[in-house]
Amino acid sequence: MTEFATISPKRMAMRRFLSHKAAVGSCVLLAIMVVAVILAPISARYGVNESVRKPPNTFLPPQKLAWFGTDDIGRDLYSRLIYGIRVSLIIGLFTAVISTVIGCVVGAVAGFRGGRFDDVVMRVTDLFLAFPFLVALLVIRNTMGSIGWLTAIIGDKSSVRFIVFLLAFFGWMGVARIVRGQVLALKEREFIEAARAVGATRRYIVRHHLLPNSIGPIMVSLSFAVVGAITAESTLAFFGYGPQAGDGATSLGILVGAAKGAVQTGYWWIAVFPCFALVLISLAINFIGDALRDATDPRLDRGE
Amino acid sequence: MLRFTIRRLAWAVPTLLLVTFLVYVALRLGTDPLQSYLRTNPRASKEKIEQYKSVNGLSSNYVLGYFHWLKNFVTFNWPRSIKGSREVWPELKDAMANTIRLGTFATVVGVSIGLFVGMFAALKPGSRRDVAVNTGAFLGVSIPPYITAVLFQLVFAVYWSRWFGKTLFPTSGVYPPGHIGFNLVLMLKHMALPMMVVAIQVIATYSRYMRSSLLDVMNSDFMRTARSKGISERQVLLKHGVRNALIPVVTIAALDIGSIIGGLIISENIFAYPGMGLYFLDSFTNGDFPLLMPWMVLVVASTLMFNLIADVSYAFLDPRIRLD
Repeated sequence: MTEFATISPKRMAMRRFLSHKAAVGSCVLLAIMVVAVILAPISARYGVNESVRKPPNTFLPPQKLAWFGTDDIGRDLYSRLIYGIRVSLIIGLFTAVISTVIGCVVGAVAGFRGGRFDDVVMRVTDLFLAFPFLVALLVIRNTMGSIGWLTAIIGDKSSVRFIVFLLAFFGWMGVARIVRGQVLALKEREFIEAARAVGATRRYIVRHHLLPNSIGPIMVSLSFAVVGAITAESTLAFFGYGPQAGDGATSLGILVGAAKGAVQTGYWWIAVFPCFALVLISLAINFIGDALRDATDPRLDRGE
Repeated sequence: MLRFTIRRLAWAVPTLLLVTFLVYVALRLGTDPLQSYLRTNPRASKEKIEQYKSVNGLSSNYVLGYFHWLKNFVTFNWPRSIKGSREVWPELKDAMANTIRLGTFATVVGVSIGLFVGMFAALKPGSRRDVAVNTGAFLGVSIPPYITAVLFQLVFAVYWSRWFGKTLFPTSGVYPPGHIGFNLVLMLKHMALPMMVVAIQVIATYSRYMRSSLLDVMNSDFMRTARSKGISERQVLLKHGVRNALIPVVTIAALDIGSIIGGLIISENIFAYPGMGLYFLDSFTNGDFPLLMPWMVLVVASTLMFNLIADVSYAFLDPRIRLD
């Protein structure tokens, strides 16, 4: 008997992913960041709101006392960065998961049902995707924040929870589109027909055939949703509409926003380090998303 | 073709009305126009307040209020801004002119460089230049525009003059303070940095689109046929390759207007460039309803228009697409 070297699609995807060096590096980098962020009380040298020493301590350039320098009221930028990344990662992850779940449900239903529902959903999605994101975000932020019963559930305008829900409200459309496309493509395939022939319900088909078969694109859009949420949060915070957790807690956006005022005076560290951290995170997750796309797309057979 | 366009146009009107109604409701809930009026004009008399409410259509019934506002809007009986009671149209017009100038400049520069670079990369997939373009585009997409803007400011507003003794590009406004009249060189210099911030995004997006689109086309059968007919490589590329590759790119281009406006808002804000973006952020922060609504109508209308252009141009460029 001849032996064929067969591997399961899952292992093949894994192997492909691991061959993408930048993505593996990004995973390591993110893992380090996550550990640092979880251990924030240890890895940060000072508290979020603690100044490095007695005045004069404002705008100290990077030095042994404060590795990344200090800000306008003498707080250590390095420690604040760690706390800021913590908030930003939380926002990114939660938003991405919530919006992906909503997107999957809406996309699957729209693609599977078709008809009027599909038309309306896709029209709305198109319009939202075409409209300037920042404008919609700001307007809907204020609107959602002023509806009493809604803020009772999702928190005050300046809370992290509110930002998560706000961004999730915007984030599902891209996912919905992708899932819908997948479902439309899969719907007519023989195995779905077979499932239908043996009497599977719609719900069963969607849950056991359509969604698992779209897991690749869903994972990819999930990873891009994380970046999307982190950048969106920082954009909001940059313009002063972000989360304003008490006690000087911070996020990447707030830190980058502080840079806006500081650059004119030449305190470069206040601009450079937070910007660098944000770009690094965004690059790392984008790399992972790209590698996931390459790894899970069976059409991209690179003859390995 | 014509029927399709007309039908889509006919649809655009109710959509515009519906979306502006939603915007009206959202702004009334979100910015509370009456409160912000009272905040900026604490000593306004009763009649003034009544007049403000009536001319803006701020009745307690949102549907009636909307139509009231719409009537005033269409008949060009626009309310004045809450702060300083300025006329809205001249301000909006100036902002629009500035932004259209900046936006067109950035888009033209960005799209042409982006398409060219994407083409350049796609011709030799996997080569060193392909990798370079890919990495560059990847960086461009990953770096949010305000970070580029802040770093540009740091370099050009502070360090350039420190290193080279003179400023290369000014970092705020359209003209230096106090300047009167038209001066192309000065204007371009002031536009350079905000333009670059937006253009980097555009270049990155378009080079990616163009590259993948052209790669798809290159692998199709008709390219092989064209080559086997003995047409010169150049002709194959331009007549068969690029032409077909542009079809999806054009569609995306028209749909991309939202992100370009978003980039403009950010860039204008950071470089204090008096365009639509700055106008929006200022009036939004003040809750200036009379200033905000016309802006919103314009943006919604242009979004819808570009959506329409995308659909129509797609159908126009690709005869394989059957309309209706």
